[in-house]
Amino acid sequence: MEATTVKAKDTFSGGVHPADNKQLTAHKPTVTAAIPKRAIIPLSQHIGAPTKSIVVIGQEVKKGEKIGETAGFVSAPVHASVSGKVVALGNFPHILGMDIPAVVIESDGKDEWIGGLKENPGYLTLSPDELKKLVADAGIVGMGGATFPTHVKLSPPKEKPIDVVILNGAECEPYLTSDHRLMLEKSKEIVEGLKILMRILNVSKGYIGIESNKPDAIEAMTKAAAGSPEVKVWPVKVKYPQGAEKMLIKAIAGRTVPAGGLPMDVGVVVQNVGTAEAIYNAVRYGRPLVERYVTVTGRGVREPKNFLARIGTPFSQLIEEAGGLTDTAAKVISGGPMMGMSQYTLDVPVIKGTSGITVLPKNEVNTNSYGPCIRCGRCIDACPMKLQPSYLGLYIEKGHYEDAKAYNLMDCFECGSCTFVCPANRPMVHWVKKAKKELAKKKN
Amino acid sequence: MEAPALVQAKEQPKLIVSIGPHMHDEESTAKIMWTVSGALIPASLMSVYYFGMPAVMVILVCLVTSLLAEAGMQWLLKKPITLSDGSAFLTGLLLALNLPANAPLYIPFVGSVVAIMIAKHLFGGLGYNIFNPALVGRAFVLVSFAKIMTTFVAPVTTFMALDAKTTATPLVILKEEGIARLLEIYHTKAALYQDLFVGNRAGSLGETSVAALLLGAAFLLMKRYITWHVPIPFIATVGILTWIFGGHDGLMTGDPLLHMMSGGLILGAFFMATDYVTGPSVRSAQIVFGICAGALTVLIRLKGGYPEGVMFAILLMNCFAPLLDRAMRSRVFGKAEAKGVKK
Repeated sequence: MEATTVKAKDTFSGGVHPADNKQLTAHKPTVTAAIPKRAIIPLSQHIGAPTKSIVVIGQEVKKGEKIGETAGFVSAPVHASVSGKVVALGNFPHILGMDIPAVVIESDGKDEWIGGLKENPGYLTLSPDELKKLVADAGIVGMGGATFPTHVKLSPPKEKPIDVVILNGAECEPYLTSDHRLMLEKSKEIVEGLKILMRILNVSKGYIGIESNKPDAIEAMTKAAAGSPEVKVWPVKVKYPQGAEKMLIKAIAGRTVPAGGLPMDVGVVVQNVGTAEAIYNAVRYGRPLVERYVTVTGRGVREPKNFLARIGTPFSQLIEEAGGLTDTAAKVISGGPMMGMSQYTLDVPVIKGTSGITVLPKNEVNTNSYGPCIRCGRCIDACPMKLQPSYLGLYIEKGHYEDAKAYNLMDCFECGSCTFVCPANRPMVHWVKKAKKELAKKKN
Repeated sequence: MEAPALVQAKEQPKLIVSIGPHMHDEESTAKIMWTVSGALIPASLMSVYYFGMPAVMVILVCLVTSLLAEAGMQWLLKKPITLSDGSAFLTGLLLALNLPANAPLYIPFVGSVVAIMIAKHLFGGLGYNIFNPALVGRAFVLVSFAKIMTTFVAPVTTFMALDAKTTATPLVILKEEGIARLLEIYHTKAALYQDLFVGNRAGSLGETSVAALLLGAAFLLMKRYITWHVPIPFIATVGILTWIFGGHDGLMTGDPLLHMMSGGLILGAFFMATDYVTGPSVRSAQIVFGICAGALTVLIRLKGGYPEGVMFAILLMNCFAPLLDRAMRSRVFGKAEAKGVKK
């Protein structure tokens, strides 16, 4: 583990300090994962309208060929991540915990790109609209996990002028190191991606926010941005959830996104560093988003590793490539342990927002029951949104969803800080998700 | 359409599925309760040093009765029995430290039963009681057995028995006979302060040794199990107000040190007013809670019928804790901006 850290004082108020456990993979160069024999490519890998399949069973497809067509503006096309034959169309397990429509492609082993990909060596001379179209056509979504279609974020309404673009390299989620490795290995591409973003949005201020526990990444990115005075690498304090959009904007731009509002309300667009790299590949080489960095980590896998993996690679394959599950492996999480989702099957595939697979052994899985709230106030101190999670929990536990709403339920973005610190082990995030669902049901 | 099996008959591992976060810090309710009890060990030991065997008996009766009452009540209410969470033990210990060593043993017994069965479980058990159970137990026995509860003895000369001669606590002497009489007994102010600080004086078990209490409090502050927001404003308010109004020769002639070190203020401020359940959980509300409790304490001491007042001040403020929490909750991140209000 790196002993030195860069000094950084910019942060937000609240937050927690979980053990980051990044030493398991932070120093390991990324390895390219095997091409999956069968890639399971869900038709919905983003927030917004699911795509519609435009292939039929038996059809031959090439890598990068579009297989899912958008249905509406807030949507992103889906592409084949391997070359081969479509062998199934149907509902398959998805990391959200349910089966959703997907295209299964059996690889022919040739891994051929589709023809006609247009290279743009002079990409910075293209017009913002041309660039935006390239991003939209490449199916790029927020790769930090939120999976919001990127081109939508790049189309703010006229009355919301943008003057700052922030790349999110905070990676505050414990265990995960995919963004960290990407910043070390693809620094130039990330900076170029940021420049493309700045050109699309006509912005002259670009920041790359990195938590100060990654001094090597800060150094690499600073070096990559050396010739670009408009791009600043900005170390931020190590604290969870520093990588949450609103918290990062607070730390770097000093602006407070209004409750219920979006970053564009304060003139900011935030993109993950992985998204920036994907944007560069899409614009420079015309390549759609078909692969991403995935950290497979935790003490439940034998050899934690960072992978460059194809979209659609089953978790089971990556875990095998990471030495397989240990005998005590008990929980498989898509993402990191704070905001990630636990999986019931290893058949789920890597999607555009999968930054990691964290496998926890039995002794690290909390299966204790919860007790009464002792009103210690730890959750109130920890909440980055300045909510009172204890009261939310008390109300929701009794089914008083409207009261929870009056206690600003809707401002919770489910970072889990409250639940992390609760001495009574109360499942606040679980309750908040439940209350939001119940209220949505009532509305309909 | 049926999905074809992708993994051929390979056995799926048994996985635990739950909503995140999938990590938790090391704290638990039980750990907090037992640690706070542990922080009271110095004060308990000092009480045994000064009051001998009778103090041991009061502590034992309180602990045993509290634990039995907790288990009994939970059994009656068909709830899981949770003695291991340490909350009943802590209530028993706090009650013991609030009783005089010469109390006949039915007093700690009755106090514990009232604290656990009535003040705690009839209000819903841990987390739901409005009033600090140990203080309710003490209030109950104070008004029920007023004579015994206000009769104190001087620290022991032999370990096994207390001096039969009763004596008044420094605050009673101060209230009834004035500072001159106190100085007659202790000769100099320095000697008075010193005895108050180490605990060589009449009083409840736990209110005697300021040094021992501060040691425990410092430990809890360091562990961040308690914060300064309640105790410091509480004690400071008592100091300032008694300095202004506590003297016999007009304003600003009171003796703040004497007031701050006696009448169970240190015990109350650091160990009872900081009770999570019965105090506010919003930090700013805690400061208000502390200041108000301090002001009430001084009001009772200087104008009321009781010489000390910490107990009633905290109990009265317990009623206001939820209101303070509600009134002073912090502004949600971005709420002002959402309403178009400038920062």
